[in-house]
Amino acid sequence: MAEVSLNALSKSYGEEIALDDVTMTVPDGSFVVLLGPTGAGKTTTLRMVSGLDKPDRGSVMIGGLDVASLTPAQRDVAMVFQQYSLYPHLTVRQNLAFPLKSPILRTPQNVVDQKVGEVAEVLQISHKLDNKATALSGGEMQRVSIGRALVRQPSVYLMDEPLSSLDAKLRSDLRVELKGIQANSGATLLYVTHDQIEAMTMATHVGVLDNGKLVQFGTPREIYENPVSVYAASRLGQPRINVLPADVFGGAPQNAVSIGLRPEHIVQGAGEDSMVKRVERLGDQTRLHLAFKNHDLITVTDAHTALNEGDIVKIRPNNPYYFDAAGARVA
Amino acid sequence: MSFSVTEPTKGTKWFAGFLVVAYAIITLVPLLWIVATGFKSPADSIAYPPVVVFEPTLEGYVNLFTDRTRATDDMLAEAGPPETWYDEIARERGTIITGPSRYGERFLNSVIIGFGSTALCMILGTAAAYAFSRFRVPLKDDLLFFILSTRMMPPIAVAIPIFLMFRNLGLNDTHLGMILLYTAVNLSLSVWLLKGFIDEIPMEYEEAALIDGYTRFQAFYKVVLPQAATGIASTAIFCLIFAWNEYAFAVLLTSGTAQTAPPFIPNIIGVNGKDWPAVAAGATIFLVPVMVFTVLLRKHLLRGITFGAVRK
Repeated sequence: MAEVSLNALSKSYGEEIALDDVTMTVPDGSFVVLLGPTGAGKTTTLRMVSGLDKPDRGSVMIGGLDVASLTPAQRDVAMVFQQYSLYPHLTVRQNLAFPLKSPILRTPQNVVDQKVGEVAEVLQISHKLDNKATALSGGEMQRVSIGRALVRQPSVYLMDEPLSSLDAKLRSDLRVELKGIQANSGATLLYVTHDQIEAMTMATHVGVLDNGKLVQFGTPREIYENPVSVYAASRLGQPRINVLPADVFGGAPQNAVSIGLRPEHIVQGAGEDSMVKRVERLGDQTRLHLAFKNHDLITVTDAHTALNEGDIVKIRPNNPYYFDAAGARVA
Repeated sequence: MSFSVTEPTKGTKWFAGFLVVAYAIITLVPLLWIVATGFKSPADSIAYPPVVVFEPTLEGYVNLFTDRTRATDDMLAEAGPPETWYDEIARERGTIITGPSRYGERFLNSVIIGFGSTALCMILGTAAAYAFSRFRVPLKDDLLFFILSTRMMPPIAVAIPIFLMFRNLGLNDTHLGMILLYTAVNLSLSVWLLKGFIDEIPMEYEEAALIDGYTRFQAFYKVVLPQAATGIASTAIFCLIFAWNEYAFAVLLTSGTAQTAPPFIPNIIGVNGKDWPAVAAGATIFLVPVMVFTVLLRKHLLRGITFGAVRK
């Protein structure tokens, strides 16, 4: 396992800037999640680290070594692609053995058998080992594709939205499994997603990407509790942070243009009137859609609330965030 | 386009079945006629009205594979009794077999040139198609159009320049020359067809292989080629059929050592009069290799022909 560092990495595809001066260190043994919407540069970052694409400027270091001149094979990375990309002409067993049998590793057959067996066990695909890769369900394919990365001990694992095509149940199972595998093996993992739950539950560090720029890097807690901008603040938290004009409650700092309120920043039962527009009962929590001075707000309330549509709730802010015109945090 | 998903009616099925059978008959009858003619006696082969029921003989095949001379009674007496069944057939017509004909050689030439050019075409075509599909080639579209444009006229239109060129290069009547020529003609088709097939193979498979520790060439060999097998097989059939059946260049550029079967078969007519059974026998045997090759690869062929019709 190794530390991965990106230094002033930039990449454009034609006119489009995919990565803009990204500097970031993935510490040895950490689980770093890159978070951002489509087109933020997450996948591009993985391709730079893996060597599938070359950066226009900047460098990638793996284990303290500049890998610019190395091929993907020489970089000793394992990657899970978004679209499983299992080799369709091979069986599950052959797919899992493929990286071990590469001319670089040339693993002896008995070791290959043993490792494939172990990984299949962990991912619960032992009974499908002799199936054709194409004769699997989507969830099984994705597990095989994760398994193909896990059979090796590369310096870093790269995963590109590996869970995005799975159903909710499987996704939450694999989330736990992946985190467990990483924690037990001490692997370094760079993981791309736009799913904030994956980021919050698995990451030791989160990098927030916005249009090719790394806007914030820190623990999930840091980013949730201390976001640097509206953009970073709206990446994490469900329901999403409410962003309103700064002066709706009064008491805003001088240069603040907007106020950001997470549900926990909204105290109910005191302050000014708002009207309940909708009550969403999710079971463990209930969401309130409020109308406050022509603005819409979503917050969370007691699961067994007696509130109904049309009721009036008093609300006031408690330690909210303030942002300036550019969206940067001012308080 | 939308397709009806309802079950076809009985009438439609009958009509479709009728069309298929009618088409099969139209295509197969000439073929069956040639096969049958190969087993007819010369008299039956030109009988009018044509005979459908006849006494089969191997005379056509004997005549195809042997050279014979018309024998006087003295010669027959001198030669003694016929030693083999084919001797006997020749004697019945008053001829003596003087040796094997050149059909075997010509047939072997067809095999060498047909399969040789097909193999070369597949190697070059796959490599070029892969490069066009995967790499940033300068002027890619222009190059592809240029390659296709070589097929915009009938190849025989450039027969004279090719003849002169071959003469200067000493390629006239050589196996190498014919292999190169057929490869050149087929290459544009195979590059285009194969590029289509390789385009359909997602790039991520190779990228996965690159990361799994393989070089670009190994990824091509281990991951792309197996998946392109269908396309390669069907393209190979198209190439082989052209090279196998090609007549005009073969007549023009070969005469002795490298002559293929197509120009040889009609020659049979010239040598011993209109020996139709021998011609038909030659044509029948000539059909066999392509039929075998096609049957072996047929499961790939169907997808090859419908290729492009189905988009994922």
